[in-house]
Formats: sequence, C-alpha cells, structure tokens
Amino acid sequence: MELTRRDLLVLGSGALAAAGTGSLPAFATPTEDAIAALTGNAVPGEGVITLDAPEIAENGNTVPISVSAPGASLVALFADGNPVPDVAVIRFGPLNPTRTASTRIRLARTQNVIAVARMEDGSFQMARSAVKVTIGGCGG
Amino acid sequence: MAKGVKPRVKVPKSASPGETITIKTLIRHKMESGQRKDKQGNPIPRSIINRFVVDFNGQNVIDVAMQPAISTNPYFQFDAVVPEAGEFTFTWYDDDGSVYTKSRKIKVG
Repeated sequence: MELTRRDLLVLGSGALAAAGTGSLPAFATPTEDAIAALTGNAVPGEGVITLDAPEIAENGNTVPISVSAPGASLVALFADGNPVPDVAVIRFGPLNPTRTASTRIRLARTQNVIAVARMEDGSFQMARSAVKVTIGGCGG
Repeated sequence: MAKGVKPRVKVPKSASPGETITIKTLIRHKMESGQRKDKQGNPIPRSIINRFVVDFNGQNVIDVAMQPAISTNPYFQFDAVVPEAGEFTFTWYDDDGSVYTKSRKIKVG
C-alpha cells in the first residue's frame, strides 16, 4: 500500500488524539502503564465513582482526598506527577457497605489524581481530579 | 521499630444491629518516602507503613496497600456495618517488620 500525504496526516492526527486521551499503551506514561496493568488494558468507564480532591492544595505534603465507589471491590489511587505514581490500593471487605474512604496524600506538583475501581462484576471505572499544588511534597 | 509510632482509632461505643458506622484512624508515623536526601546529599532510606487492615469478628472491612505517597501520620476514614456485638481489630504493617495493632469493642443494642 502506498501512503499518500493525506493518509499520513490522518494517521498522525489519530495517533496524537490517542496519546492525548491516554488510551493507547504504546505511548503510555508510567501512570497509564500502571492503570493498564491493573485493568488488563480494558478501558475504564467513567461517571460511577467519585473522587473528591481540593482544586488548589497549598501544601502538597498533606492533600485530603476522598473516594466513593459504590459496588467496587478494589480502588487504586494514582498521582500522575509524582516520582512514583502509585498512591494506594484499597480493598473493601464484606462489612464495608458504602465503599468510601478518605485519606491524605503527598503530591509533588500540580497534577491529576486518578482513582481506578474494579467493580464486583469485574468491570472497571475511573475518576480523575486535577489538583493545583503551591508547595510540593515528597522532596527536600 | 520506628520511633514514636502511636496508633489512634475512633469507633462509636455502641450501634444498633446492622447500622453503618464511620471509623476514623490515624497512626503517628514519619512515612519516610525514600525520595528525600540528608544534608550530605545521601538518600534517606524509605521507611513507611505499607499495609493497613481492619477486621470485625474475623471479617474484613478494609485492606489498604500503601505507597510512599501517603502523607506523614497516615489517616483513614471509612464506613463499616455492624451486624452484631464484637471487636474491631486494626493492624498496621511497617516496612521494618513491626506490626502495630489496636482493638475496639462495640456494643449492639
């Protein structure tokens, strides 16, 4: 097959769009790799779980976050701008009715906090929240 | 054992059967991330609590695997349903092998 200039342009823009949404593992960042490893490359749905994080965090050393994932068996939290993107993996037991949890995390700089939940039926759901950090955590 | 580690938990004293209660936990711990350097520029080794488990009468409520991105003095708030009277056990696992536990009884009625 001969590639015309038009084909190349179409291909190029497609690849750019894929990199932008982060759905293609070939161009993945460490965070996307970690999410793909968890979901087995399935694309998580959105809208079912909620992730609460402040819009602006003055101190990146303690950023309060809260995740609510009704029907989830496991929630993994990631911070895509930290030196290590993994934050925590929360497994909910049978005595946990609401599947919500709050904690405090460190953020090195302004970035996205991402929650990926494995639901009880085996599907995956995701929520993300952008946090502006004025003073970063994790470092000296 | 890391110095000055002190777990604290907040559980209601009683609940009605099947009631959903909120539990707050905090453990005093430095959570040294392994990313920092000392004055000579040598990296300070990682020393964190890497796992936190809560059970009620042997049944699991929550099980958290933690990374260095969890803040100093790890805090967790979550819900639990109380089917009968019993005891919550809280267990924290330190990188250095120490295990910290705390338990709280709850009455039903």
